[in-house]
Amino acid sequence: MLRFTLRRLLTFPLLLLVIYACAVLLIMAAPGEGLESGEKELPPEVLAARRAAYNFDQPWWQRYFWTWPKRLLYDRNLPALQYEDWTVVEILRSALPVSLQLGVLALGLAVLIGIAGGTLAVAFRGRWLEHVSVGLCLIGISLPTFVIGVVLLMVFGLWLGAVPVGGWGRPSQALLPAITLALPYAAYIARLTRAALLDACAEDYIRTARAKGLSETRVLLDHALRNALLPVLSYLGPAAAAIFTGSFVVERIFTIPGMGTHVVESINNRDQTLILATVMVYAIFLATFNLLVDLLYGVVDPRIRVGARPA
Amino acid sequence: MSTTSVTAGQRFRRHRAAVGSAAALLLMLGMCGVTLRWSVPGMRTQQLDEARQPPSRANPLGTDELGRSLLWRTLYGGTISLSLGLLAAGIAVVIGTAYGAVAGYVGGRCDELMMRVVDVLYALPSMLLVMLFAVSVGAALEQWPIVHVATDGAAGHWRPISREWSRFIVLALAIGGVSWLTMARVIRGQVLSLREQPFIEAARALGLPTRRILLRHILPNLVGPITVFATLTVPQAILQESFLSFLGVGVQPPQATWGSLAADGVRLLNPVRCDWWLLLFPCGALSLTLLALNFLGDGLRDAFDVRGR
Repeated sequence: MLRFTLRRLLTFPLLLLVIYACAVLLIMAAPGEGLESGEKELPPEVLAARRAAYNFDQPWWQRYFWTWPKRLLYDRNLPALQYEDWTVVEILRSALPVSLQLGVLALGLAVLIGIAGGTLAVAFRGRWLEHVSVGLCLIGISLPTFVIGVVLLMVFGLWLGAVPVGGWGRPSQALLPAITLALPYAAYIARLTRAALLDACAEDYIRTARAKGLSETRVLLDHALRNALLPVLSYLGPAAAAIFTGSFVVERIFTIPGMGTHVVESINNRDQTLILATVMVYAIFLATFNLLVDLLYGVVDPRIRVGARPA
Repeated sequence: MSTTSVTAGQRFRRHRAAVGSAAALLLMLGMCGVTLRWSVPGMRTQQLDEARQPPSRANPLGTDELGRSLLWRTLYGGTISLSLGLLAAGIAVVIGTAYGAVAGYVGGRCDELMMRVVDVLYALPSMLLVMLFAVSVGAALEQWPIVHVATDGAAGHWRPISREWSRFIVLALAIGGVSWLTMARVIRGQVLSLREQPFIEAARALGLPTRRILLRHILPNLVGPITVFATLTVPQAILQESFLSFLGVGVQPPQATWGSLAADGVRLLNPVRCDWWLLLFPCGALSLTLLALNFLGDGLRDAFDVRGR
């Protein structure tokens, strides 16, 4: 276990470097530097001064692999290309926590609703509740978040007036966006849980547990669910990646001041500094999350020690 | 082969929802395809004095803010959405199958490394990279002269493809390029078990080259899982494109997809004026198609008895 953890920790910087290189490559693929303003020609002196301010007078490898990382992390004065008065750190500090809060909330909701729904479907096998929950899952997977979001917004925000229609800061404002973001993943997790539970219920140790005279609830929740959680756990990594970047869509619907607008604007305006910083922040966050999930795997199921040699 | 395909067909036909979905999908594809000759000009025709009209006899699905018929726009958008989804899924299937088959067949350290790479890619913020790829490479593609224009008498000249189509191509490449991971995992698992079967051993004993074993002996046995996961990848790709279009980094106007039409509808939505048709019809068509594709994928999965996620 220790060796596995160490090896993962060592590959971590390498992975980040590869992602960074890919992002740089993609940025350099587009023609131009993103400094030229669209409408009118800048005077050459102004353009030269702007280029120098963003280190475009240096060769590309020095700019991307030394000056910018140093200015971003150490000096903390790397400005965003599109808003000269804002540093990248300031923008990230104001917007990132909002997106991360929304993402964490949605991920938690998705796991809770998903596992509960999948377990209910198995507990009520062959009855109408199972069909309802299976049908709901397929619908949940098929509806795009912007459809769910707009419908929820219209019903609860406009017609019933139960919650505010947008903004951020109060718990009531977080409710609808988090549910909207969580629903498709909750549906998928419910499907995973149901399939895994059905598999587990066919195993011998479940028959043993029933033969011991345990109640059906205990058999399901104590014995079967523990094993059924493994597929859910391995889905958490991809789910987190999808939810945290999927929040951009939800932020737009509910006018939440998160990373969504910045991401879209920076990519459309070729705001190189902000793009690179955003990609790296998300890469680091998701890679760390995945590492934690992998470690958790061994905790939930002692039979699995990732990276251990087969006996 | 023939007996299994017959039983697979029978099992599929017993799946009512899947059969219904297949029919609905064919209907949707047919409607979008047959009406193309009217929808291509129709989606651009503006009638500014009839802007934002609710559904009526003249415009069965209403009109948008420029008075363009939503019927033609929805049908045209469907064509673009579906073809983009199919294209992206095709790319994902090719990459995923090749990658998974090689990893599974070669095995050992190589397999371990290749699957580790898949694990890592799974957790990347792929949406960000897709957006970056679509915008950056799309901008580059707009400048490469790759289309030959014949002019009378002269030798002709080369010009780049138009903005809307270069974005379409780049989007399909990007979405296909990040959607092959599940495919690779499933195919690898199948190949791992196929590799140990006697007929493959026989092929190896005959001294057949690896390439031939993979293409002629292993690939035909992967038709089931490939069909299933190709079907399940199409809705994912369509969904991803609709997200990008919704955010404004997807297809570029005047190009339209269900996602971009829905985005237009949401943009025009406000408490004072509720033009429900702008939202209902594109979103409805999109959701129904995704639902049908997912049902169909589930039915195929049961019919081919493919395990895995």
